Amino acid sequence: MAANSPAPAPEEPLIRVEKFNYAYGDHQVLFDVDLNMQRRDVTALIGPSGCGKSTLLRAINRINDLVDSARVVSGRITIDGVDLYAPEVDVISLRRNVGMVFQKYNPFPRSIFENAVYGLRVAGVKDRHDLEEAAERSLRSAALWDEVKDRLDEMATGLSGGQQQRLCIARAIALQPRILLMDEPCAALDPIATARIEELIHQLRGQYTFIIVTHNMEQAKRIADRTAFFYKGKLIEEDDTMTIFNRPNDPLTESYITGRLT
Amino acid sequence: MNPVPTAENPFAGDNSGIQKRETAARWALRAGSYLVVLTTAAIMLHIFVKGAPVAFQSKWPFINTQFLTELPATLHVIEGKQGQHIETDVNGADAVKKQLGENFLSEKTISYSGGGILGPIVGTALLVVVSVSVALFLGVSCAIYLSEYAKKGKFLETVRLAILNLAGVPSVVFGLFGLGAFVLTAPKFVDVPAERSVFSIPLGFTTLSFEGWDTCVLSGGFTLAFVILPVIITASEQCLQAVPQGFRETSMALGATRWQTIRYSVLPFATPGILTSSILGIARAAGETAPIMFTAALAFKDKLPWQKDLPPLPADASIFAHWEQSVSRFLGIFTESVQALPYHIYTLAAKIPQNEYAERAQYGSVFVFLVLVATLAAASIWLRIHLRKKYKW
Repeated sequence: MAANSPAPAPEEPLIRVEKFNYAYGDHQVLFDVDLNMQRRDVTALIGPSGCGKSTLLRAINRINDLVDSARVVSGRITIDGVDLYAPEVDVISLRRNVGMVFQKYNPFPRSIFENAVYGLRVAGVKDRHDLEEAAERSLRSAALWDEVKDRLDEMATGLSGGQQQRLCIARAIALQPRILLMDEPCAALDPIATARIEELIHQLRGQYTFIIVTHNMEQAKRIADRTAFFYKGKLIEEDDTMTIFNRPNDPLTESYITGRLT
Repeated sequence: MNPVPTAENPFAGDNSGIQKRETAARWALRAGSYLVVLTTAAIMLHIFVKGAPVAFQSKWPFINTQFLTELPATLHVIEGKQGQHIETDVNGADAVKKQLGENFLSEKTISYSGGGILGPIVGTALLVVVSVSVALFLGVSCAIYLSEYAKKGKFLETVRLAILNLAGVPSVVFGLFGLGAFVLTAPKFVDVPAERSVFSIPLGFTTLSFEGWDTCVLSGGFTLAFVILPVIITASEQCLQAVPQGFRETSMALGATRWQTIRYSVLPFATPGILTSSILGIARAAGETAPIMFTAALAFKDKLPWQKDLPPLPADASIFAHWEQSVSRFLGIFTESVQALPYHIYTLAAKIPQNEYAERAQYGSVFVFLVLVATLAAASIWLRIHLRKKYKW
């Protein structure tokens, strides 16, 4: 997997982060981050807590706009060359194209079906048939269909943790986004549920561009093509996952992956 | 006296000053709590003992329907020479006197103490409906804006402070505000502005005249709405804040607008709490006297708000044929002044000479009033439990 990923593709990167500085009020959390992410790659963002990796992730779909004091200090993020923070960008259509899965699985306390089609409903899809089709498609992609097909009308909160998280993934891919952001998607799950999510990411790789924040370095090794290491708001190193874990350039990276830096 | 530590029992209390103060503090706090409970129980018991016999009776249907379904009236008590006390209303007085004939000794009249309290019950119900509708609309809108839209900062703090201050305003001040704002200056559509109109804007087909709504349910309801507004805003905001932030983020991450997020993923889960607080607001609105004294309530009124000397609607067609008239008559209910329970109790207690008959009417009204408020509180608890089950996360 990661080992045989191709050398830097000639293709234009899908997401470009350019000299990106980001702050909460006066507290700057990202410093001059430069990072390119290729189409259909799985990129893992690693680093100790508070290093800014989640902030970068949440800046890509602008969900951090909900935090009152959050602001871009300078620099930009582009998807296909479009600056995400340009005034003419509509955050609603941006978020339809950039799905997100959160650390704590958080389906709405509604039926499984309603959770799966939430994004479509708010986008104005009313036709029952379209909704059912989309629900089945996305639940199948999230490897959840066989487990829930007979109880779509039951409360989603009655599912197991792993199932709830897969429902959250289904809910995100129901909108057929181009990019899927995952903020520590397995942090609240047991090892078996974690394995199923990782398997799911493997199945979906190639269909979406994944960006995954993780604290679990083994997980990064297992699922990511590229890995970026952040420390104190700075991007220290970004390379092929195998290069990062086997021959890191920076001594900081090395001490982090060997557990000497927390 | 506690034993002192010995070789056999090294853990015995040493009866030091620290231990004595601990005991004293515990007993002082316990006494305070018991005093509160005792006082509450005494008040309730007193009202129950004096009021229950008025509202209930020993014969079927066990509830004194006359007391609950008749308008207040003057009570006539006629004494006979054999020591009889015959209670009757104004129409029955002469017959009783004739019947007693030679035996007639004296006649006492006691205002407002006869009949029942239907008028005040209806008035309070109407006032509560208007005030809670207005307060819920304004309060929930305000809470949603403060909780979901407004950015944290100076402005938000100022608004919060203003709401807090509103809660601290004495209710009689609300009454005066209501008198000035709603009774005397609120705008309404009229054909010809009244002389006292502050100013009027001609609109061609009608005139918007700032001449006030007069003493009526609407004025009183709006005034009461402002009394309970702080409670509703604060409680609603807390309920909105209690909805997990994750719901909002997830909803927005799925491409929902802010309003869609509020509509589908925040409000449904805050509604149980908002309703609970609004029912407590009902109890508050029902109980306030000062705000309605100048704006809605009369000491005595011999008609219900819908009993007006209007020609009956023509009976030739269905009510829909005259829907305009039906609607205007329905709305007319809200432009009438009414009697209200708390003000009625005040009148009975402070405005008429005290005797056993007046006291009976007082305690009866207080008892019915307390039962109403207790029922509302119970309803709010039931509603909360019921909705919590439905919308839990």
